[in-house]
Amino acid sequence: MIEFWTAVLALTIFLYVVLDGFDLGIGILLPMAKSDAERNHMLATIEPVWDGNETWLVLNATILFGIFPLTYSTLLSAFYLPLIVMLGALIFRGVAFEFRSKSKRTRGLWDNGFIVGSYVATFIQGTAVGALVHGLPMSGYHYVGGPFGWFSLFALLCGAGLCIGYALMGAGWLTYKSQSEVRDLGFLLIPRLLAALVVFLVLIFGLSLSNELWVLQRWIQMPALIVFPLFAVIACAVMLWAVRSRRELLPFFCSIGVFAAAMGTLSVSFYPYMIPFAITTAQAAAPPTTQSFMFWGVGVFVLPLTLFYTLAIYFVFKGKVGFDKQGY
Amino acid sequence: MDTTALLLSRIQFASTVSFHIIFPAFTIGLAAWLCLLEGLSMATGQAVYRRLFDFWRSIFSVAFAMGVVSGIVMAFQFGTNWSELSRRTGAIQGPLLGYESFTAFAIEASFFGVLMFGRNRVPRWFYLLSCIMVAVGTTMSSFWIMVNNSWMQYPIGYTIDADGVFVPTDWWAIIFSPVMLVRFPHMLLAAYLTSAFCVAATGAWHMLRGTFKAEATTMMRMGLGLAAILVPVQLIFGHLVGDYTHDRQPAKFAAIEARWHDESPASEVLIAWPNEDAERNDYAISIPYLGSLIASMSFTSREVGLTNWPKADRPPVAIPFFAFRIMVGCGLLMLAVAWYGSIQMLRNRLDAQRWMLWGTFLSFPLGFVATLTGWFVAEVGRQPWTVYGVLRTADAATPFLRAPEVAASLAFFCIVYGVIFAFGTVYIYRLLQRGPAPTPEPKVGETNPKRPLSIMHSRSMEATK
Repeated sequence: MIEFWTAVLALTIFLYVVLDGFDLGIGILLPMAKSDAERNHMLATIEPVWDGNETWLVLNATILFGIFPLTYSTLLSAFYLPLIVMLGALIFRGVAFEFRSKSKRTRGLWDNGFIVGSYVATFIQGTAVGALVHGLPMSGYHYVGGPFGWFSLFALLCGAGLCIGYALMGAGWLTYKSQSEVRDLGFLLIPRLLAALVVFLVLIFGLSLSNELWVLQRWIQMPALIVFPLFAVIACAVMLWAVRSRRELLPFFCSIGVFAAAMGTLSVSFYPYMIPFAITTAQAAAPPTTQSFMFWGVGVFVLPLTLFYTLAIYFVFKGKVGFDKQGY
Repeated sequence: MDTTALLLSRIQFASTVSFHIIFPAFTIGLAAWLCLLEGLSMATGQAVYRRLFDFWRSIFSVAFAMGVVSGIVMAFQFGTNWSELSRRTGAIQGPLLGYESFTAFAIEASFFGVLMFGRNRVPRWFYLLSCIMVAVGTTMSSFWIMVNNSWMQYPIGYTIDADGVFVPTDWWAIIFSPVMLVRFPHMLLAAYLTSAFCVAATGAWHMLRGTFKAEATTMMRMGLGLAAILVPVQLIFGHLVGDYTHDRQPAKFAAIEARWHDESPASEVLIAWPNEDAERNDYAISIPYLGSLIASMSFTSREVGLTNWPKADRPPVAIPFFAFRIMVGCGLLMLAVAWYGSIQMLRNRLDAQRWMLWGTFLSFPLGFVATLTGWFVAEVGRQPWTVYGVLRTADAATPFLRAPEVAASLAFFCIVYGVIFAFGTVYIYRLLQRGPAPTPEPKVGETNPKRPLSIMHSRSMEATK
């Protein structure tokens, strides 16, 4: 049963990263828009779906809360300050969408709120992952790091890296959903973002070598892990080819592939640890009565249904966004 | 956790959850009202329903967005500030909130996109279905939240293991507890009444301004008519909630009544200044026998007072006492407005008395105030417990969190919520003021779909003529 929930959690985290990833990416790329019309066009590509995308974050939080309460309580309290700032960023970003169309003189405020909110939320998500990889100060099951125990150069670098990664997905989304100049902007940015991502990966690898991170031991023990980075390299190569031959949908799927490879690397490197190397999935797990209560409702029935209608709604809004008049 | 950090955490949770509840209280009813309007529009083909639908949908979208973003905060605060609570009760509260996010949050957020932008992309029946899904989502959300909160008020169906972790043993008892069965309808009715009064007040406002006569009349009729039926039902459910409090949370009940000592028969304190140090009421106005009558339906019953509990186990008195009286006062005012307005409506004299229109217009905050004060009674009255009688609030907090961090986060939330509340209110006010003017269907990517300035201008010109 616990394996089932670990797999579900991995799936929902992945869905959150991909779904909210590309719309956070649009926020990160928004400053590149050259005119108000381009900005509107970029935002229009995510307008009907961003709310549903962000919901996956809450779904992740509640799965953690219900199935892995120890992880939920430890992680959320350890990342107290950054999490609060991330929530503030998501608030600004969320209302900016609704408010910018209602505002008269303060449109600039909400556009900037959307941009800053997207950067801050992404940066903090990346920092949190980086801090986990780097290792949180733990004593037994207890976090002992104080308000800034998550802080490290490594973690901050991961924050910056995720901004690049989400921007890559955002650019892929643009080539698929948008038209004319904005689509061309997407095609222009993808190779540059890929280059930035490579620089970031080299930096992060060097830093983990110099910090002698524990995770490197696991890589030496499990050479089979190399399939994930290999998969990522293939995805990047296909992406470059797709950009050169102006395939519109393929770059987006390639960027998902890159993220899948990254997540695969991370999860296999650390499994069964949820908080490396202090709390495992089994240690964090809620009692069996809780797991089966969630299994027979959410696991068997509601989660597949949610996946189905999420897909159905993307189908309703499929195709390119009109530049101005036609709209959806 | 030191006492300052604990107090700040409590203030932070109270203020963020209070801020949040304003929006669901409004949108739960609005979502149902939108379904009704779309259904009526399909069934009768009358244009007035479609105009009202488009009008209220634009208001719904602003309120819904604010509800969503402030709701996300709640999903995290259990872990950030109340890590001991989430570690120990996560096996029970986690799945309840998990079902909420899966059966409610996900549904409403996903179909909201169709509601806003899908009208020209999907068949009409699917559009109506999307409206219904949004309404089902908001209702399911309140259901699970009430299940969860009712379990905290009246914990059942669990054992506690060696680590202090609550292990669920009987999910049926946890979900369908007798407390939830009265509190969920109480909350749902509160939400419907809040929306009904907002709709009626908007109608009255436009009637006072002499704009949108047909739509204004429909809004007043539907709002006041619904309220006239629902307010008495709500008073009955309020009484039932009082009954459960009397039986299962006697200390809370005594605090609401500001009853310090056992009384037999008990009097009812109408208004007073509860003096917690001296354990008595100053300037009290009471009615003999009424206390026993309200609590136990008898003229002789013995009703317990707060001094039965040591001071450490008593809730604060002033907040539940005053909040309860404000809530009941709002309820009675709503009854008066709804019934008087409905009588005038039946006599076809809705617009005959300007003071009646003013009264209806000014009644728009009543539902919000009643909902908030009702929650103050429920939550402050539960203190000093988070899980009633089992887990103290002081033991539920994150142990290592210190005052500076919580002070910083509280200040941050105050600023963020202050800004978005101020702007959100202005935008909703503008939309309400513009009224149900015919607008083109909003299109994805249009900057100002709901603000055709030309229409606004010509309308206000007409109004001034």
